[in-house]
Parts: sequence; structure tokens; C-alpha cells
Amino acid sequence: MAQFRLPVNSRVKPGKTFAGDDQSKNLKKISVYRYDPDAGTNPTLDTYDVDMDKCGPMVLDALIKIKNEIDPTLTFRRSCREGICGSCAMNIDGVNTLACLKPVEEVRGTVKIYPLPHMPVVKDLVPDLTNFYAQYASVKPWLEAKTPPPPDKERLQSKEDQGKINEPSACILCACCSTACPSYWWNSDRYLGPAALLQSYRWIVDSRDESTGERLDSLEDPFRLYRCHTILNCTQACPKDLNPAKAISEIKKLIAHRRH
Amino acid sequence: MSLVSPLNKVIGLGSAKEGAEHWWMQRLSAVALIPLGLWFSVALGAMDQLDYSSVVEFVRHPVNSILLILTLITMTYHSQLGVQVVVEDYVHSSSLKIITIVAVSFAHILVAVTGVFAILKVALGAAI
Repeated sequence: MAQFRLPVNSRVKPGKTFAGDDQSKNLKKISVYRYDPDAGTNPTLDTYDVDMDKCGPMVLDALIKIKNEIDPTLTFRRSCREGICGSCAMNIDGVNTLACLKPVEEVRGTVKIYPLPHMPVVKDLVPDLTNFYAQYASVKPWLEAKTPPPPDKERLQSKEDQGKINEPSACILCACCSTACPSYWWNSDRYLGPAALLQSYRWIVDSRDESTGERLDSLEDPFRLYRCHTILNCTQACPKDLNPAKAISEIKKLIAHRRH
Repeated sequence: MSLVSPLNKVIGLGSAKEGAEHWWMQRLSAVALIPLGLWFSVALGAMDQLDYSSVVEFVRHPVNSILLILTLITMTYHSQLGVQVVVEDYVHSSSLKIITIVAVSFAHILVAVTGVFAILKVALGAAI
């Protein structure tokens, strides 16, 4: 059966508090999920006082400040710090988003930071995305065509056809959408999830791709595609303002369309 | 540590090549239930009194008995499709899942057949 409570060794316990300098006027409390796989203990919620007068505006700035100045053991992924690499996806104030795009001042009270929900945790804020990436690979995210490309130029497509793939191509695979989806929480072993389906859609509607039928065949499955119950958490979570739910329903419509 | 590659696990047994029919019929039955449900509530609301003899008289009218049977079958069919999805969502042990889905289907068929039989019995039986 689906498990509704965390296993005993995954339940979060209260952790350490790192008090800040009383002199500073702009202290913000930041609580961070901590888990050390080598310690053999339960995860904890550690709280840090961060002086926002001496810190950049985003949650990622605060995390970097904590790691540099307060607690170097804090572990998280980050790279571009401008919302294009997708590394710093995490659950901030109950919502999956990118730490680099989330201003600290948007959160009232303590900023609570957890790893992406319902994924195995490697350490602290780092989730194991192996299955997520394998699901992406399984939709064959590359152009498949039997017609050889023209010898002297690229495969062309109209501006209108290009318009269909602009939005889905902007996905950065941060996994905010898939890990916000309850259907993905319960069945991520068989349901591909919004991110992989959005990418599959990107190739299904690409006018240059000649594998549309095979792509639809491989998605037409009670679990791979139809576990989507249009909950729409994916679209709400997407930090790039994309619409995976719409792409999934377009795939369902295409499959219905070819039957009649 | 599993020696099976992550991609191999995702591919699993491959696509079942179905699900579209289930999805389509769930929507179709939902759309059909809009007029049927409206008719049912309006017809019940329009009855002067809800005592035994007037309800029997209502069911005996051919239009009413046909629409009642249609509503009942569409409703149980729609419910069957929906409950099956709930079971697939939450029951992960594959043997328990199949047993539950079969039991749920049988229960829905039982409800539908019993209901249709009851309506026919009233509709075609002797007048009171």
C-alpha cells in the first residue's frame, strides 16, 4: 500500500540552532533539513540566524552565506545562480522552486528549506535524481528522422512549427514539477512524471521528428502517461512558468485523435 | 546496490499500449452523466409526493424506466473506472492489486444488474 507516514528512520527531529549576532537589526531565521548518511541518525532541522543586511537577496545567497560563514558542512547543489541550470531546486516555504530565484523577503517568518519531496536523499538538500534522469532518457529526447537532412543546410521548419516547441524547450529539468506531483510520489517507478512527459511532447510536436507514432505508442500506458490526474501541481511549481500539465493533456488528446 | 541499470528499470515491461480507452470512456461517461443527473434530480424534485405508489408509478412510465436504467449503468460504469484508478494509484502489491480490481469490478456489476433487475421488475410487473 501507499505509505502515508515517513519511515521511522526518516522522521525529522529538532536540530542545532546557530544564533546570530544580536547587534544586527535584520536577522532572518533559516531552518534547513540536515541529513548525514554516515552518521546513522535521523534527519534534523537546523536553524541559522542570517544577517540579511550582509547577504544577497535570494535564498541561495543565504545558503551560500551559511556555508561560507556559519556551517561549512551544509550540502546543496548550485551552479549558475540565475535560474538556468536547475541545480538548486529545493522545497522552500512548502513550495518546490529554485533557491536562486526565490527572494528571502517573500517568506514570512522562518524560511524552511527541505530537499525536493519524496526523493531519496543523498545528503542534506541533495536528492538522488537517478530515476528522474533515466525517465528523461527513456523518452528519447533527440530528433529521430529517416529522411536524411539536406546535404548543404539544416532541417528547416516554419516559424509557426518552431513556436510549438519554444516553450517546452525552455525546460531546465530541475525536477520541481515531477517532485510536486502526488501521482509521481506514489508511482514514480512507473509513471514518467510531468518533466519527462513535457520533454516527450517537445519531440512529439516537433515538425522535423518522424517518430511521432512510436513516441505515442510508448507513452500509451495506464501508468507511464495516464497516472496524470490533472492535479496541476506541476504547472504551479514550475519556476520557469512552463505548463507541463497542458503538454500532458495535449498528448492524451493526440492519442485519442489517432483512434478516430 | 542493484546491478540493473536505471534506464532498464524505467523501461520495465514496456508500454501496455492501452489506457486511452479507459481515459476516453471515463470522460464520455462523465459527460453523459450531466444530462442524466440533471434529469434525475429535476424529475425527483418535480414529483408531488415521494410516497411508495407515486414512485412506482414514476418508474413504470417507459421513458422514466429507460432513463433510470441508463443513469444506473452509466453511473456504475463511471464509478468502476474511477475506483479502478484509485486502486492502481494506492495498492502497490501486484497480487493484492489484481484481486482488489477484480473484486471491485464484480461488486459494480452486481450493483448494476441488481438495479436494472429492480427497475424492470417494477416497470414490467403488475400495476398496484
